Amino acid sequence: MGDWMTVTDPGLSSESKNISQYTSETKMSPSSLYSQQVLCSSIPLSKNVHSFFSAFCTEQNIEQSISYLDQELTTFGFPSLYEESKGKETKRELNIVAVLNCMNELLVLQRKNLLAQENVETQNLKLGSDMDHLQSCYAKLKEQLETSRREMIGLQERDRQLQCKNRNLHQLLKNEKDEVQKLQNIIASRATQYNHDMKRKEREYNKLKERLHQLVMNKKDKKIAMEVLNYVGRADGKRGSWRTGKTEARNEDEMYKILLNDYEYRQKQILMENAELKKVLQQMKKEMISLLSPQKQKPRERADDSTGTVLSDVDEDAGELSRESMWDLSCETVREQLTNSIRKQWRILKSHVEKLDNQVSKVHLEGFNDEDVISRQDHEQETEKLELEIQQCKEMIKTQQQLLQQQLATTCDDDTTSLLRDCYLLEEKERLKEEWSLFKEQKKNFEKERRNFTEAAIRLGLERKAFEEERASWLKQQFLNMTTFDHQNSENVKLFSAFSGSSEQDNLTVHSRPRQKKPHSVSSGSPVCTSTLTKSLPASPCTSDFCPTRSCVSEHSSISVLNITPEETKPNQVGRECTNQKWSMASRPGSREGCYSGCSLTYTNSHLEKDDLP
Amino acid sequence: MNFSEVFKLSSLLCKFSPDGKYLASCVQYRLVVRDVNTLQILQLYTCLDQIQHIEWSADSLFILCALYKRGLVQVWSLEQPEWHCRIDEGSAGLVASCWSPDGRHILNTTEFHLRITVWSLCTKSVSYIKYPKACQQGMTFTRDGHYMALAERRDCKDYVSIFVCSDWQLLRHFDTDTQDLAGIEWAPNGCVLAVWDTCLEYKVLLYSLDGRPLSAYSAYEWSLGIKSVAWSPSSQFLAVGSYDGKSHPFLPSALSRRDEIASVPVALQTLKPVADRANPKIGIGALAFSPDNYFLATRNDNIPNAVWIWDIQKLRLFVVLEQLSPVRSFQWDPQRPRLAICTGGSKVYLWSPAGCVSVQVPGEGDFQVLSLCWHLNGDSLALLSKDHFCLCFLETEEGSVQPPDSWATTGRTCA
Repeated sequence: MGDWMTVTDPGLSSESKNISQYTSETKMSPSSLYSQQVLCSSIPLSKNVHSFFSAFCTEQNIEQSISYLDQELTTFGFPSLYEESKGKETKRELNIVAVLNCMNELLVLQRKNLLAQENVETQNLKLGSDMDHLQSCYAKLKEQLETSRREMIGLQERDRQLQCKNRNLHQLLKNEKDEVQKLQNIIASRATQYNHDMKRKEREYNKLKERLHQLVMNKKDKKIAMEVLNYVGRADGKRGSWRTGKTEARNEDEMYKILLNDYEYRQKQILMENAELKKVLQQMKKEMISLLSPQKQKPRERADDSTGTVLSDVDEDAGELSRESMWDLSCETVREQLTNSIRKQWRILKSHVEKLDNQVSKVHLEGFNDEDVISRQDHEQETEKLELEIQQCKEMIKTQQQLLQQQLATTCDDDTTSLLRDCYLLEEKERLKEEWSLFKEQKKNFEKERRNFTEAAIRLGLERKAFEEERASWLKQQFLNMTTFDHQNSENVKLFSAFSGSSEQDNLTVHSRPRQKKPHSVSSGSPVCTSTLTKSLPASPCTSDFCPTRSCVSEHSSISVLNITPEETKPNQVGRECTNQKWSMASRPGSREGCYSGCSLTYTNSHLEKDDLP
Repeated sequence: MNFSEVFKLSSLLCKFSPDGKYLASCVQYRLVVRDVNTLQILQLYTCLDQIQHIEWSADSLFILCALYKRGLVQVWSLEQPEWHCRIDEGSAGLVASCWSPDGRHILNTTEFHLRITVWSLCTKSVSYIKYPKACQQGMTFTRDGHYMALAERRDCKDYVSIFVCSDWQLLRHFDTDTQDLAGIEWAPNGCVLAVWDTCLEYKVLLYSLDGRPLSAYSAYEWSLGIKSVAWSPSSQFLAVGSYDGKSHPFLPSALSRRDEIASVPVALQTLKPVADRANPKIGIGALAFSPDNYFLATRNDNIPNAVWIWDIQKLRLFVVLEQLSPVRSFQWDPQRPRLAICTGGSKVYLWSPAGCVSVQVPGEGDFQVLSLCWHLNGDSLALLSKDHFCLCFLETEEGSVQPPDSWATTGRTCA
């Protein structure tokens, strides 16, 4: 007995530790807390229960077991297992109906818990995958950051190198410039030197020449002579005149005469050119006026715009010009007027020609299809142009697609996708909007329900914990009361293993998972009965789970629960509906919240009392 | 196209008389004067030594023969075969001799350019002009023969003297803004004198007849300058061929640089100039305006095989004539826009806007055309080789209309 006490003590303490852990973890997100609770509580519970089952009820202690169960159940708010006793002395009869009801109730609870657990697990998985995704994203971004940083460093390095190179080049340029300057200076100095030398040489040369001249010419060189048979007459037949001041003046006169003649000739030419140009100008002007005025008549009638006023000027100018041509004035007096008017007219003409060009091009474009005969060259040119256009359009489309894809990639929201789809059909958009609002509403509902559920689950978990503790304490008491029931253990186990073999696969798989995930919870719960259980459970494969056995029991006992399960497991069922169902189921304990909380309150109180007892 | 028979010739001395009636040619020390139409010898003069230079007087009455080696000038009269004149420059030596425009004076330049002696055939008077400058072209007469411009050098400065040719009176004397004057040239109208500087300085100056500077143009420093200069017959343009291979046509009336026309880099056979020798074979070495002012023919000395013909109205290249061998000489027909080109081969090439033609010079043996000169009326062409010459008569009805296919070899052999 003392041994048992010592054995159970750490278990209790571990349980209490668990509680403290849970309380500390309440600050965490409700979902995580919930999942942990489920994982932690289910397995030690099952263990305890299993150990309890294996040694709990024997032929001898049926009564005690029943009373224990009754007590246990009543503490949880279930009706008593016993029939209402008529008298105190009479032994209380076991109420089978109550038992079955209780069991059913428990099974339903269990199922609910399982469903909740399942949901929480899937959510956990989802969150885990989200986490993974985010982590991978983070890693990717980090990598990107790293690469861009490296790139930046590389670019900076390149920039630095280029700047260095630039500096070097600048230096080189400067050097070259200096060199050029130096060379130019050298050239200049050489040139001056050369010039100087040349002058010196030339002076010497001149001196020599002078000397030679004296030597050669001053001597009465007999050889320098002209032998002529007889002097001939001058070409003009006149006699040579004496060179006097008169001739000099005459020569000057002659020269100026020649120059004057030349200038006069040039002036005459220029005048002729001017006259020619004037004639051309006048003709041009006349033609311009005749060309422009009838065409401009219409716009002038239409609107009194600037061209109209200009035109009136033109007309005046024309009149002036005709007058002036009559009198044949020099250009000087009317030059400015003339040039101005010509400029104006030219502007008008230019604009007109441009307009005409535009019209022609327009007409050409319009009449392109009308023309029956298109020259081959034109056709080819046109096709070439069109091909080019097509090419350009294709490129444009491609770029647009790329941009669109980029945008899509960046925004994975349903919102934006739906918005994008909007572009195509308005009707669809409307429909989608409606759907979207509906969906939003639903989502809101779900959110609310989920919140409720999580709260309930938390509460349930807490309660379960309390319950477990209670049960453990109760078990301890039971064990204290019990004597020997080892030899019957194996039979019980076999029975349960058989049950588990026929149990649903789903449940098995569902429950095997948390066990693998959280082995420490098993160990925390196991010390309660390690010494005995290891011996008593040699051949059971996976019977340690409490839940499958219970579900199996429920198969026999209640149909209502079974009716729900196939619905849930339907693979094609829309997730929304499924969750709806689940939530609605899960919300059921929520409705009994008040009752549960009240129970837990009483329970904790009692527990505290019990804790105080030993 | 007909060819005359081949006559003997020496020193490429063959000249048409200015009136176009006679043709003077030299064979060693003999001067032969022929009738242009019949080619019969009219006169035959014998000089004292090998003739080195001949020149017709402007009135075609006299011919001077310069014997530089001997310092002698011999003058012959066409009207009076017995008349003779001999001018001896003695120990002063002779390097150049020419007629004055009136045809009664002879200007002899002594050795070392000590002086220019003006000998008169009318009177006994002799004039001297001191300090003539030894340069590329230091003496030029106006086309009407009234004035002579002479480049001078005194005290290391360049001057230009303008003389009245009728009495050799100094009309103007002015210094030019040049480092080392290289040449002077009157405009055909006789009112503008172009002066250009040495090849080291790119500078052209224009002076009026009365000595006023009209304009100056210098293109760039530190580069070789002007190699050749030519006035257009209308005096409207002055083409300046430079060592950089560009020819710059000027408008002297506006006295602004119009544009430059450069030898475009067509794939033409180019000579790499020898840089370390004087007078390198680069730049525009020859320039000639067509008589109608429409075209300008140039030869770039480092692309010797090509003659470039520019359209002066549009100031752009009109055509490039690429020959098989270096162009020796080219000359415009005095009457039509027709260019005769010789390359030292046995063919003569004619170009006109209508097309080109190349003509094989007939005759036994190789007739290598080294030079050519047009007759005044453009109907005939004297083709000169080293030892011979012949006349080429161009039929007037053919005129300038030549077959359009380029370089069609229509060599007709008519002796």
